[in-house]
Amino acid sequence: MKSMWKRAGMVATALAISQPALAEWGFNLQAPASEVAQHVFQLHNLIMLVCLGIFVVVFGAMFYSLFKHRKSVGHKAAHFHENTTVEVIWTVIPFVILMGMAYPAAKVVIDMKDTRNPDMTVKITGYQWKWGYDYLNDGISFYSNLSTPREQINGTATKGENYLLEVDEPMVVPVGKRVRLLITANDVLHSWWVPALGAKQDAIPGFIRDSWFKADKIGTYRGQCVELCGKDHGFMPIVVEVVSEEDYKAWVAKKKGSAQATADDNSKTFETAELVERGEKVYQANCAACHQANGMGLPGAFPAISGSKVATGPIADHVAVVMNGRPGTAMAAFAGQLSDADIAAVVTYQRNAWDNKMGDAAQPAAIAAARGGAAEAAAPAAQ
Amino acid sequence: MSDVAHAHDDHGHHAHPTGIMRWLTTTNHKDIGTLYLFFALIMLFAAGSMALLIRAELFQPGLQLMHPDFFNQLTTMHGLIMIFGVIMPAFSGFANWQVPLMLGAPDMAFPRMNNWAFWVLPVAGLMLMSSFLLPGGAVAGGWTMYPPLFIQGGISYDLTILAVHIMGLSSIMGSINIITTILNMRAPGLTLMKMPLFCWTWLITAYLLIATMPVLAGAVTMLLTDRNFGTHFFNAAGGGDPVMFQHIFWFFAHPEVYILILPAFGIVSQVIPTFARKPLFGYASMVYATASIAILSFIVWAHHMFTVGMPAAAQLFFMFSTMLIAVPTGVKVFNWVATMWKGSMTFETPMLFAISFVCLFTIGGFSGLVLAIAPVDIQLHDTYYVVAHFHYVLVSGALFAIFAGIYYWMPKWTGHMYDETLGKWHFWLSVIGMNIVFFPMHFLGLAGMPRRIPDYALQFTEFNQIATVGAFIFGFSQLVFLVVVLKAIKGGAKAPARVWEGAEGLEWTVPSPAPYHTFETAPVVK
Repeated sequence: MKSMWKRAGMVATALAISQPALAEWGFNLQAPASEVAQHVFQLHNLIMLVCLGIFVVVFGAMFYSLFKHRKSVGHKAAHFHENTTVEVIWTVIPFVILMGMAYPAAKVVIDMKDTRNPDMTVKITGYQWKWGYDYLNDGISFYSNLSTPREQINGTATKGENYLLEVDEPMVVPVGKRVRLLITANDVLHSWWVPALGAKQDAIPGFIRDSWFKADKIGTYRGQCVELCGKDHGFMPIVVEVVSEEDYKAWVAKKKGSAQATADDNSKTFETAELVERGEKVYQANCAACHQANGMGLPGAFPAISGSKVATGPIADHVAVVMNGRPGTAMAAFAGQLSDADIAAVVTYQRNAWDNKMGDAAQPAAIAAARGGAAEAAAPAAQ
Repeated sequence: MSDVAHAHDDHGHHAHPTGIMRWLTTTNHKDIGTLYLFFALIMLFAAGSMALLIRAELFQPGLQLMHPDFFNQLTTMHGLIMIFGVIMPAFSGFANWQVPLMLGAPDMAFPRMNNWAFWVLPVAGLMLMSSFLLPGGAVAGGWTMYPPLFIQGGISYDLTILAVHIMGLSSIMGSINIITTILNMRAPGLTLMKMPLFCWTWLITAYLLIATMPVLAGAVTMLLTDRNFGTHFFNAAGGGDPVMFQHIFWFFAHPEVYILILPAFGIVSQVIPTFARKPLFGYASMVYATASIAILSFIVWAHHMFTVGMPAAAQLFFMFSTMLIAVPTGVKVFNWVATMWKGSMTFETPMLFAISFVCLFTIGGFSGLVLAIAPVDIQLHDTYYVVAHFHYVLVSGALFAIFAGIYYWMPKWTGHMYDETLGKWHFWLSVIGMNIVFFPMHFLGLAGMPRRIPDYALQFTEFNQIATVGAFIFGFSQLVFLVVVLKAIKGGAKAPARVWEGAEGLEWTVPSPAPYHTFETAPVVK
């Protein structure tokens, strides 16, 4: 029984991939790179073959009838209108076929849900509109933003090979290891999906759901957010780099080094010009999607920063909005997403760019102080 | 018979106001049926234009015509209007015209409520359409209205909630009317199991509506209070759960799927026997299959949510129950084919649409079966495969059945034969265009293109271009339909009482056009 299903799946797979000329057009699921994806691929092929078979039989009969039983060829109508035997047969046969499909499908369901015994665990958080990765075993955290330049999207530059499927910081995992994913979201629903790895899980704010994959082959696998999450839903891709064990270790060491550099920045005091320069980069990565590069926002949907009351008012209030967001709107709380130095930089940039000529600056130390204050203020509320 | 009917016709006109007041105050089931159908037609062009804008933006990668936010507004409104403003009102139009005519009843059971059920609809439609003009634009959170995204939006989101309430109210009033009419006003001798299958499918649909519309109303009311009155039904920070909304929503929306297709089954079950000149095969099993589908529709909702992270046991339950629906649906398809088998078929436009319905709806059914398999669904969820699937069941399913029904009964309604040549043009352009739009979307979904995105990676370009070309063929061919309808209303060959050679049923015993008042004395069915 078991080998029969396996064979049917393999035949189907062979049929599906035997036409290399068609491969470029992508008529089937992406080439699987994990065991789960492989099972799903075979399951899909099997069901497609069954459906195709039924379709040919039923509509073969219908089209035969359309040609032979028509008035214009002089066919006289018969008058039968029921036949219990036939009706029982065509109720029972589909039922049996369905049971045959349900068995292998149930096995894959159970396998997909089994997240026990992982080799490593990564927490993935969806944000409007980027992904955050926390490596729980190695203590690495970073955000992953779309790296396709705006000019390519607007059509003023030629689109690159991985248009919309490229990020600044890919998720890196070692090959052949069971990676458990803890998936959640910060603001609205998102969904994390890498087709070739066969892992898809909705990211739900306030809840953690898990999934897993084990990549069979070294390579780069790309996916996208697949749950509508607002304006830039189409612009928060996922890139997973599957590397060898040694390369993974090297990557971990490198990431830890850059984490130290960030910590050092948080204790520095910067010149205003330095902050503005750094802040512009932070702004482009985190703010420009809504508030636009020119600071004018989108009327009715996202407010302008250029000339706004917040950006030209007291600096502490401005910092508070950036750090805590505006609950009930798309304005996220960036306190948990950006470092002290980055928050200081982006606030300073906003106060000194476009029509805003405030000339003042926020320093990382002030942000750290605001964090302490916020923690104290939040503590009673949490109890 | 004909003279008597005409006398009543005149009587009716004298007793009623004319002009706009005739339509505003009418309690006549035929007038109200006509209003529903024209409302659906106008909304079809409105929501269809949105679809063409969507396809135009997707013709090539990159952002060409619009902001992503406006794109999301278009996909959301296209979905909401097509479902609540086109398919459902069109079916209500058919019910209003045909149920009393098929049952030998003089009118609907509650004529004044009937008037209300219709006239609140344009108000809701206007509210939805006008939200494009509000600050921030129309709703952009998807027709499924998932929180927390739906909580973020502006004033148009509240307006949409109100519009959904009004449309639900309209559906409930319509359903009460249809159920009462069918259960109480059948001609003497017309037992339930002799009733035309269209009436059966609508009876079951009406029960589904009454069962599920209050659920939708509850879901959107919770959204409203979460948005405006500080509740936290769907906010984890306040002890709520965003996924709870999905459970409630799909408990409404999966039966809704059958609300959108059961009356289509009914129409096709009237059309095919007529043009096969042979009674419907397996009438009783058709009734039982329809009822089974309706009952099963209440225990399959979470197959829309396989990726939210349910336990394996829940996934298995919803996978098995969903697969089970294929059995009664299969019975229906087999019965239609068996009705054609050894018939004496002709292929007028209604029959062409009905045959394409059987064939293409089945493709949608097969892709539905593929999606029922939980592991495969997890790969395909929220991709273009799903877009392809539900357009096969809603366009070549529901909409094509509506076209079949309009061509089938239009001579009865207008008294004129429609232009058969133009009708065939409309059919062939639609069926070819429709397949060019939606078939490639299966491949896009398999290859990994998410739905609801305004811009896409380069490997998806070719199929998107094909789909866009198909969309424009399909969209503009509906202008042919408009011409056919307007021509048939203005004039054309006089239609006899029994319009089609093989037509059976009480509606064909009254003259064409059907007089303003029919069956004032109940006919007797043997």
